[in-house]
Amino acid sequence: MNQGKLLEVDFGIGGITTQARPREMGDDLHSESMIVNLGPAHPATHGTIRIVAEISGEKILDADVDVGYLHRGFEKMCETVDYNQVMPYTDRLNYVSPIINNFGWCLTIEKLLEIEAPKRAQYIRVILSEISRVCDHLTCLGASAMELGAFTVMLYMMEARELLWDLLEEVTGARLTVSFGRVGGVKEDLTEGFGARMAGAFKQVREHLVNCDRLLTRNRIFIERMCDIAILTAEEATSFSLTGPMLRGSGVNYDVRKAFPYSSYDEFDFEVPLGSKGDNYDRFLVRFHEMEQSLRICEQAIARLPEGPIIVDDPHIALVPKDEVYNSIDGMINHFELVMYGVKPPKGSVYNAVEGGNGELGYYVVSDGSGKPYRAHVRAPSFIHMGSMRKMLLGANISDLIPTFGMINMIGGECDR
Amino acid sequence: MAAASRSIEELSGVLSETCGNYIVDSARERGDLIITVLPKDISAVLHACKQNPQLGFNLLVDITAVDWMDQRKERFEVVYQLLSIPNRSRLTIKVPVSEDSPEVASATSLWSGASFLEREVWDMFGIRFSGHPDLRRILMYEEFVGHPLRKDYPVQGKQPRIPLRGPEVENTARRMIRPDLVTIRPRVAASDASGGTGVLKR
Repeated sequence: MNQGKLLEVDFGIGGITTQARPREMGDDLHSESMIVNLGPAHPATHGTIRIVAEISGEKILDADVDVGYLHRGFEKMCETVDYNQVMPYTDRLNYVSPIINNFGWCLTIEKLLEIEAPKRAQYIRVILSEISRVCDHLTCLGASAMELGAFTVMLYMMEARELLWDLLEEVTGARLTVSFGRVGGVKEDLTEGFGARMAGAFKQVREHLVNCDRLLTRNRIFIERMCDIAILTAEEATSFSLTGPMLRGSGVNYDVRKAFPYSSYDEFDFEVPLGSKGDNYDRFLVRFHEMEQSLRICEQAIARLPEGPIIVDDPHIALVPKDEVYNSIDGMINHFELVMYGVKPPKGSVYNAVEGGNGELGYYVVSDGSGKPYRAHVRAPSFIHMGSMRKMLLGANISDLIPTFGMINMIGGECDR
Repeated sequence: MAAASRSIEELSGVLSETCGNYIVDSARERGDLIITVLPKDISAVLHACKQNPQLGFNLLVDITAVDWMDQRKERFEVVYQLLSIPNRSRLTIKVPVSEDSPEVASATSLWSGASFLEREVWDMFGIRFSGHPDLRRILMYEEFVGHPLRKDYPVQGKQPRIPLRGPEVENTARRMIRPDLVTIRPRVAASDASGGTGVLKR
């Protein structure tokens, strides 16, 4: 439009006025675009992922997101083992919050069996899931903050995560590969005095969160790197099938815990933080506020923890107590049957979803009546979120790639399965 | 708090009103509504599910497939999971797909998120999605032969390693011109000449 129209520029040297042609997009010294390959092994791609970006100057013209470097054949492996043996595999999906994966799988098989875990087991699931969710968000935010130069925040958040992981370790016996879920309940009860230790840990976690909030939320560098970047409107976010903090960052009120309550989530009072703009900063804020809500849920659950069994009393689903196995013929047979042939749900297919750290974590399981799943599929939020990455990157600067990727919080194990 | 979730009866009624002539089978399984639709009608049904405000399925949750081998007339079954956030209801759509022409219409024009999901189904099951703008493998690599989640693909199936791809990833260090390897002459100890012992000879 203004091609050929000359701008008058006064350089202020001795009153000489010179004329310069306005620069059009691409009418630069280096006008051809350049291909930049990021990954699959790059310190800022926590997880193996490759992004091939076409850039012009600093602007990203196009980007190809290449996932699958961590593909281990989760779904194929699930078809070869029985329902409870899938549990260790689910640990390795989203390995930042493995307990939620465990319980998601358990709930799916329970829906297939049309049973419900006992109330105490449900409450234990809620407590451990919410602690895991805080760990997940802490990892996501800590790593992203570090990539933007806020190293202290990362250290504070790792410290807070360590306190929470100690709690998980105390109950499950492991930090990462917990395998704590069982079809029909949980593996073990909470330890003696868990509530008091949890309260102590939460107090310290909250102190760390206050510090992180002071360091980050109003930090000018952080805001300038996060605000107005990678904006997705509510329509775009739903169109890309986003869920979890990514969708709520765009202002869509959808949380599986509220919309389709499972494990007694409807008995707790918590809020669902929503973003207004749908940029990276909103996703950060949503995650940050969700942590406080998760802590609140834990405190309510531990205060109202019901008494009772922690796993269903059905020898075809849960292992019978050991003294029965050793002292009665029935117990022995039941134990043998369950160990050798596994849980046998009736024929049918079922889809069940829980709110994972990153969004709706769904399992689609087809049973043919045998002890092994005929087909098991995971609806992994990270994988679907990566589908929206190209859209978010178009037109952004190359430096925006890292915070955007950080806020997606891609977990390789879950994305590539 | 959103309104109470819609009952299955109500949803089933609205569905049979809006796209009843496309629905081959409708079942209620464990509290979920599952409808079966033929491959030729899936576009129309998905369109109705999304655009009809009474149904309002605005989020495509998942696309996956099941390989039934010889157990069913049509070997494959593509499974769509839809979610309506305003109505708080879910819907499962199953589409039987034959082995001879495994092809379904793509949903990418309705939901952008369908792109990755359909690429995964293509990669894992070899079911094509007509109208998909960029149907490449996604989790496996391009040189991979076969579709791993088909039941006739062996669990322990191994494929040969592929050569390095493209000039930009070639290991140029291999083409460096190097001087001949330095040869190290065997050490001859002084004591050896005088018939001493304990010295290694090469």
